[in-house]
Amino acid sequence: MEEFIKNFANQWDETEPEVFTPECAFHELEEWSSLTGLAILNMVAKKYGVKIAPMELKNCVTIADLYNLIQSKQ
Amino acid sequence: MDNPFTLAGKTILVTGASSGIGRGIAVACAGMGAKVILTARNEIRLQETLFLLEGDGHSYICADLTKAEDRQHLVEQLPLLDGLVQCAGVMSRVPCKAIGAEDIQQVFQPNVEAPMLLQAELLQEKKIAKSASIVYIASIAARSAVAGNALYSASKAALISYAKCLSLELAPRMIRVNCICPAMVWTDLALVGATQEELDADQAKYPLKRYGRPEDIANLAIYLLSNASAWMTGSCVEITGGGNELIHR
Repeated sequence: MEEFIKNFANQWDETEPEVFTPECAFHELEEWSSLTGLAILNMVAKKYGVKIAPMELKNCVTIADLYNLIQSKQ
Repeated sequence: MDNPFTLAGKTILVTGASSGIGRGIAVACAGMGAKVILTARNEIRLQETLFLLEGDGHSYICADLTKAEDRQHLVEQLPLLDGLVQCAGVMSRVPCKAIGAEDIQQVFQPNVEAPMLLQAELLQEKKIAKSASIVYIASIAARSAVAGNALYSASKAALISYAKCLSLELAPRMIRVNCICPAMVWTDLALVGATQEELDADQAKYPLKRYGRPEDIANLAIYLLSNASAWMTGSCVEITGGGNELIHR
């Protein structure tokens, strides 16, 4: 999880790294945009070999939700 | 009066014919009397397309056009072509800062390299008839920027520039080369990197209130393949439902 959060945080340019905790509701962050979403989907595909649909990402509220989704698909 | 849009007596190869715009074009060509040869990777879906074609004499040849041996096998089996529609292609949504070498290859191989190499091989093997018509399916994305679309846009821009040069080289034999640039069309590719919800909201913003359908694009392809467009080459025709820029989502 720690490594995943680091990879997740890397996709953002303005948000402070401390913000990214398992409970973080990332869609509500000011920096969030569909382009951030694309960057996250791309990172997940490359680093974890898992394909996630944009709709699935939308349904993830917290970073932990996304982490669990990836685990369930690996 | 003779129908200038007829494709009767013409043999036409359609790449990417297993789905989406390619399938729509194959069906329309057969409907206008052409003998159609389908190619794509997936045999089952090619058989489905073949089943949809009106009339007799159509066939399919399985090929992954990014593979040299598949292209060679395809070209060897082809008769002389009066028409060629290159529809095979992939979509890609990657932010520029995340682009890696493999992302570039994944888009440029099928969208740019394969159609160029196939075209060269068809010409070397003299499979393109005099006065034939060649149509490339490009995209309005070639000139309309959307964040995340860089690779796809660049690949289609490359294809268009290529096609314009090709049109000059083939003009002495009255072979015509044109591109079709659609805005969003409902195909499997449209769903890459977007939710159905986003797409529904996006299509409502088009002046004609919807995305294109494969048959919309197919009707334009028929025009470009037929003798009705005999004085048209090196052109790039946009077909957009009035949405002259791809709308940001």
